[in-house]
Amino acid sequence: MPGKLKAKIVAGRHLPVMDRASDLTDAFVEVKFGNTTFKTDVCPKSLNPQWNSEWFKFEVDDEDLQDEPLQITVLDHDTYSANDAIGKVYIDIDPLLYSEAASVISGWFPIYDTIHGIRGEINVIVKVELFNDLNRFRQSSCGVKFFCTTCIPQCYRATLVHGFVEELVVNEDPEYQWIDRIRTPRASNEARQRLISLMSGELQRKIGLKVLEMGGNAVVGYLQCFDLEGESGLVVRAIGTACTLDKLSSGSAPNTNTHMHPNTAPASNACNSPSKDGKEPVFVEDLPSSSGPPTPFRALPTSSSPPPFSPSKPCSRQSSSSDTDLSLTPKTGMGSGGSAGKEAGPLRTLLRQQTQTALEQRGASSSGLLLNAREFPFFTLTSFPPGFLLHVGGVVSARSVKLLDRIHNPALGNTRSYKLLDWNSVTADEPETRDAWWEEIRQEIKSHARALGCHAVVGYSESTSICEEVCILSASGTAAILNPRYMREGCLDIGCTDHRFEEPSPPNCGFCHIPYDELNMPFPAQLTYCYHCRRQKVPDVLFTTIDLPSEAAVAGKGCLIQARLCRLKKKAQGEANATAISNLLPFMEYELHTQLMNKLKLRSMNALFGLHIQISVGENMLLGLASATGVYLTALPAPGGIQIAGKTPGDLSSEHISSIQKRINDTIAVNKELYQINPPELAEEGVGSPIPEPRHRSRLFRSHSESSDELSELDLSHGKKDAFVLEIDDTDAVEDIHSLLIDAPPPTGFYSCNTENMPGISNWTSGVQMFTSVRVLRLSNANLTNQGLNKIFTDLCENLLKSFYFKLRSMIPCCLCHLNFTVAVPEEELIQVTVTAVAMTYDKEQTQEKTAEKPVNKGSLEAEEQLQFPLELCADSSSSNIQTASKISGVGESTNMSPRAASVDYGSFADRCSTWLELLRLKAHTIRRGSVKTSRRTQSLAHSVSSLERCSPLQEGRSRSLRSSRSFGGSSVTVVKMTPLSFLPGTRIIKYLGIINMFFIRETTSLREEGGVSGFLHSFIAEVFAMVRAHVAALGGNAVVSYSMKECVFMENPNKNQAQCLINVSGDAVICISETDQESSASTANTGQTGGSETDGAT
Amino acid sequence: MSVELDVFVGNTTIMDEEVYQLWLDGYTVNDAVKVRMEGGVMDECEASKDVLLSDTMDQYRTFQMCERLLHSPAKLANQLLFQIPPHRQIMLIERYYAFDDTFVREVLGKKLSKGTKKDLDDISAKTSVTLKSCRRQFDNFKRVFKVVEELKGPLVENIRQHFLLSDKLARDYAAIVFFANNRFETGKRKLQYLSFQDFAFCAGQLISNWTVGAVDNMVEDMDVDLDKEFLQELKELKILITDKDLLDQHKSLVCTALRGKTKVFIEMEGSFKNLSRGLINIAANISLPLRLYPCRSDRWSAADMKLYLTHYTNSAHILDTFKHQVVWDRYMGVVKSCIFKMYHD
Repeated sequence: MPGKLKAKIVAGRHLPVMDRASDLTDAFVEVKFGNTTFKTDVCPKSLNPQWNSEWFKFEVDDEDLQDEPLQITVLDHDTYSANDAIGKVYIDIDPLLYSEAASVISGWFPIYDTIHGIRGEINVIVKVELFNDLNRFRQSSCGVKFFCTTCIPQCYRATLVHGFVEELVVNEDPEYQWIDRIRTPRASNEARQRLISLMSGELQRKIGLKVLEMGGNAVVGYLQCFDLEGESGLVVRAIGTACTLDKLSSGSAPNTNTHMHPNTAPASNACNSPSKDGKEPVFVEDLPSSSGPPTPFRALPTSSSPPPFSPSKPCSRQSSSSDTDLSLTPKTGMGSGGSAGKEAGPLRTLLRQQTQTALEQRGASSSGLLLNAREFPFFTLTSFPPGFLLHVGGVVSARSVKLLDRIHNPALGNTRSYKLLDWNSVTADEPETRDAWWEEIRQEIKSHARALGCHAVVGYSESTSICEEVCILSASGTAAILNPRYMREGCLDIGCTDHRFEEPSPPNCGFCHIPYDELNMPFPAQLTYCYHCRRQKVPDVLFTTIDLPSEAAVAGKGCLIQARLCRLKKKAQGEANATAISNLLPFMEYELHTQLMNKLKLRSMNALFGLHIQISVGENMLLGLASATGVYLTALPAPGGIQIAGKTPGDLSSEHISSIQKRINDTIAVNKELYQINPPELAEEGVGSPIPEPRHRSRLFRSHSESSDELSELDLSHGKKDAFVLEIDDTDAVEDIHSLLIDAPPPTGFYSCNTENMPGISNWTSGVQMFTSVRVLRLSNANLTNQGLNKIFTDLCENLLKSFYFKLRSMIPCCLCHLNFTVAVPEEELIQVTVTAVAMTYDKEQTQEKTAEKPVNKGSLEAEEQLQFPLELCADSSSSNIQTASKISGVGESTNMSPRAASVDYGSFADRCSTWLELLRLKAHTIRRGSVKTSRRTQSLAHSVSSLERCSPLQEGRSRSLRSSRSFGGSSVTVVKMTPLSFLPGTRIIKYLGIINMFFIRETTSLREEGGVSGFLHSFIAEVFAMVRAHVAALGGNAVVSYSMKECVFMENPNKNQAQCLINVSGDAVICISETDQESSASTANTGQTGGSETDGAT
Repeated sequence: MSVELDVFVGNTTIMDEEVYQLWLDGYTVNDAVKVRMEGGVMDECEASKDVLLSDTMDQYRTFQMCERLLHSPAKLANQLLFQIPPHRQIMLIERYYAFDDTFVREVLGKKLSKGTKKDLDDISAKTSVTLKSCRRQFDNFKRVFKVVEELKGPLVENIRQHFLLSDKLARDYAAIVFFANNRFETGKRKLQYLSFQDFAFCAGQLISNWTVGAVDNMVEDMDVDLDKEFLQELKELKILITDKDLLDQHKSLVCTALRGKTKVFIEMEGSFKNLSRGLINIAANISLPLRLYPCRSDRWSAADMKLYLTHYTNSAHILDTFKHQVVWDRYMGVVKSCIFKMYHD
């Protein structure tokens, strides 16, 4: 009995009128946890009842504490008939289970009913007393912290990154159970909400256990998703990155844990020693696909994967297993290259895959011994501490089309008990099937990464798209080489990296350097010497799924780049449908890729960050949407223009071609201006701000064709090496080019990106507006062509963006960050686009200089200082010894380099210097976050304590004191800010209160009365926001970071006047305080620190 | 191809004041879009008509959802559904309860009943305020009336606290409630020239001097119902016109004081009886329509009127046999200021 949960029901307000006769309500409350229920007294005839109940106490296992939500039901007492439910509140008590998070949940919660929405509010206080039995503690996974944030959370330091954790749980969907035919929609919805809440809790607990097993104490980049598979069930799955985090305030020695990994030590030894032959058989057993014989088939995109991964074979009673087994896996290693547009699309993809597979095998045979088959070197993080990321190979992605098949379990059949949570009886083998599917995809990702010469995948994510019984599983990430010093031993396939990297690379360009072998390039790409260090090769373009590393040198600003694509597909059933889809996938991937590449060049940029490609399946079409943030990396060569060439003369006059060419060139020129891309060459003209880059050096290495300085040179002469040639051979191609050009740039004062950081803007001011927008388009015309559909889809996305700009015009100058588009095909002729993003204001004055300075002052010395990791981590690991040594020598070398760079004769050195120093000071702030500062720390602790105090259960007094302490005078409601980013500008997060993971269903049978579909969804989204805010406020928080709406499933039946919507949101509840408060309170510490880093920077 | 669903929801509720006003004024979405286009908002952000339409629809929906809360403004501050900064909340409430003077002038003094509500389309046609806006304003009057009807304490303060209105607006509502409660007719042709603000001033005077609340500030309806005892006492003022001696005495006192001080003295002297009768009759019959216009004459200037009334009031004090000095002051104080207010073009 390791925990006691206590709940107290204080009061209600704004309750709905339940008794028409008296216009009043006789409300009482049921408090339920597990199987125990308590009731309050009836508070007669009041819409604002005061219950002031006793403390209801539940004595429960901590396992239950993790899985179960506290369920509060408000009812209207009725003497003669059944009591009417007013609504419910589910409170996730997980945040109370970590020692560092919230200590009490107390506040007003909206009372939610799935049919009526929010109906009043209830004031509740919840506390948990955990008995501090450490052993028991470890049996459940209480105490493992979860973060949605995809970087190391602000007030923590990662002492160790353990690696990938994943888990999934499966259950029958209550909506599809037979009982659903006889119960009310409300009961069905509530059963579903409750089930998902339970499943999420269980999933989180299981992941927590894995983390504890690995020796970690936290999961960062926790990504939980639902697959509503309809008849075949409900899958809740999650991935994350296990870490050992230290709270920065602790002040304890950072290295205490680093050598202690009793659980994993043997395993890691085994993986790290290449000479241990004894491990080979184990590997072969675990990885039949990469060493197994059917290699020729694997090269084909439609080849089915080896039998061990087949979905339903083990449980299928039918003899013809091939009927139900279908796993079509088109593979695409979306590399960074691919500028050669001449090849026929599918062929090229095929070719690439072949090369990859070949490489993969080669890699497997040479380094296979080192693999830790059970682990995937994947990281869900998208931004890393400096020095962590060594090289980035490119995007790796894998998709697989599966047929969902109801698991036939004769033991259950139709007579199955309708008890919801009978874990033992429910589809016992289904999780394994789903596990195998994902395992297969992950293996593929891993081998793609290996083909790119990388040992890790960062910015990794997984998603699904389901239509009827077809499911597309997708995974993508960025192949990378990480600094092994920060990893737990064995979690990376370190032996794989060869010794080309002995020479260290400066941090502001190092990640651009190719990790793969120049001679055995996995895809065609043009390599040049890095424009920064001139030592290593870089590709001509770089695609990644991660955020722009903070130390990266960029020119100008970034912008959102989207590729949109629709493909019609014949309606089909089962296997035929799956085959059709998987045949289409490679073409779609290729076209999206080409579109991205063209648009990138059109904006005169050379790298994509935060690339996310979503392919959604509908009954008669596939939708593809790729979003990324384009940026000009100064380390990479300047992108050539786009050249138009006519292939079939006669069809199109040369005039026509030249007019298109001119439009393209004009667009490029305009974009350069717009995004302030003034790469080094232009600096000479004195236009814009000069970039302090060793120009004379870059000159030397620049290939002849690129040395042109003038803008006019942009209309590319024929035969120019890096020009990107688009051929016009039919009208389709013309259409494509037109569609390229219709992307309107954002209006003046706006920028947009889909990453955490906006390249080129960092001086945010405090204006923050998070929003969600949903648009559904009905295609009335059944005879649409692919082209027509594309146009419609593109317009839909463009119009959405235009709407945002218009709505947020009062925030100018402002940037839309983390624009996250999700597409779906909910019905045959519907296209749904859901967008969540945040608009943030910035100070226009300071943006100009920032980018220019970046390259200079990020010396690798500083990076070393910023490291929040222990350095001696891998010293004993034999295989990485060489690397570590080389790394250290590298540090020395790069220190030598920085003065060299500084000695270059800049145009306006003095000018630059002052701003440079300013920047250093700015940077000093960030460093201080990581280093020890007792005075400030205690300060912030005191702050957090007092803010918790405020939330203490003093009922009325509480809200009043809150009111007075908030900046907004009259309001009694805590202002809760929300953002999809991991930070709030101008504030410091002083405490993470726990993860918010909420799932709501809303249904209506009076759609017209609620304002139609828009009215219905509008109020539902507003209600979801309100419930998130209320939970955060009750935890004592004032903001949600890394917020995301992961699911927004909308179904309607206007004829029946009905609609239903499911929404799943998540994020991290935090307490943040204004940065200026902190600065003033710790000014002494500041000056000392600043001075120190300034001198550092100067040397 | 058609947009089936289109919503935009911000964590902080986005509200455009211009669109809010259009919504309050009862414009349809399409009309509002037209007005906005003419206003040039499209140039601001390279917006198209579609964008404008989508934005207007979103805002209208938001306002409709907020409307329920605006009916009891106190809820707006502690509801959880919309995160609205307090200064915006104040704006929302103030504008929602704002009304058109032309409209209120039409319903002032009428019973706030369903019958009146049915006449709103006529009023709408007459005042060219949209029917939707008329309904909102009428419902606002009714709602405020209903709430304060049952409350104790000062009327203006009750309205201000209950509906979180500014002092000015709360006073206007107090006047509306007062008129509606006492059913003072304001629709007479002779009163047409008076604006709502004129009446609001009079109501304010009456509330602070003639109601129960002027004597006792803790009874129900204290500011809405006139002090009955006072009304009874007013009847006794009749002596000023019924007693011939008193009347003559009064007249001579006033005339003595006025002589030589005004150009229209002759006329004043001549009409003294009528004027006095008019004034006193109001007092005796206060529950009947407020007839404050008897002294209005084209040839009297405001200064003349003031002079006359001052002396008329003061002279009564000198009358030996006139015993109702307190009532007289309470009565004439209000009448005087009301007449001054009304005595304009």
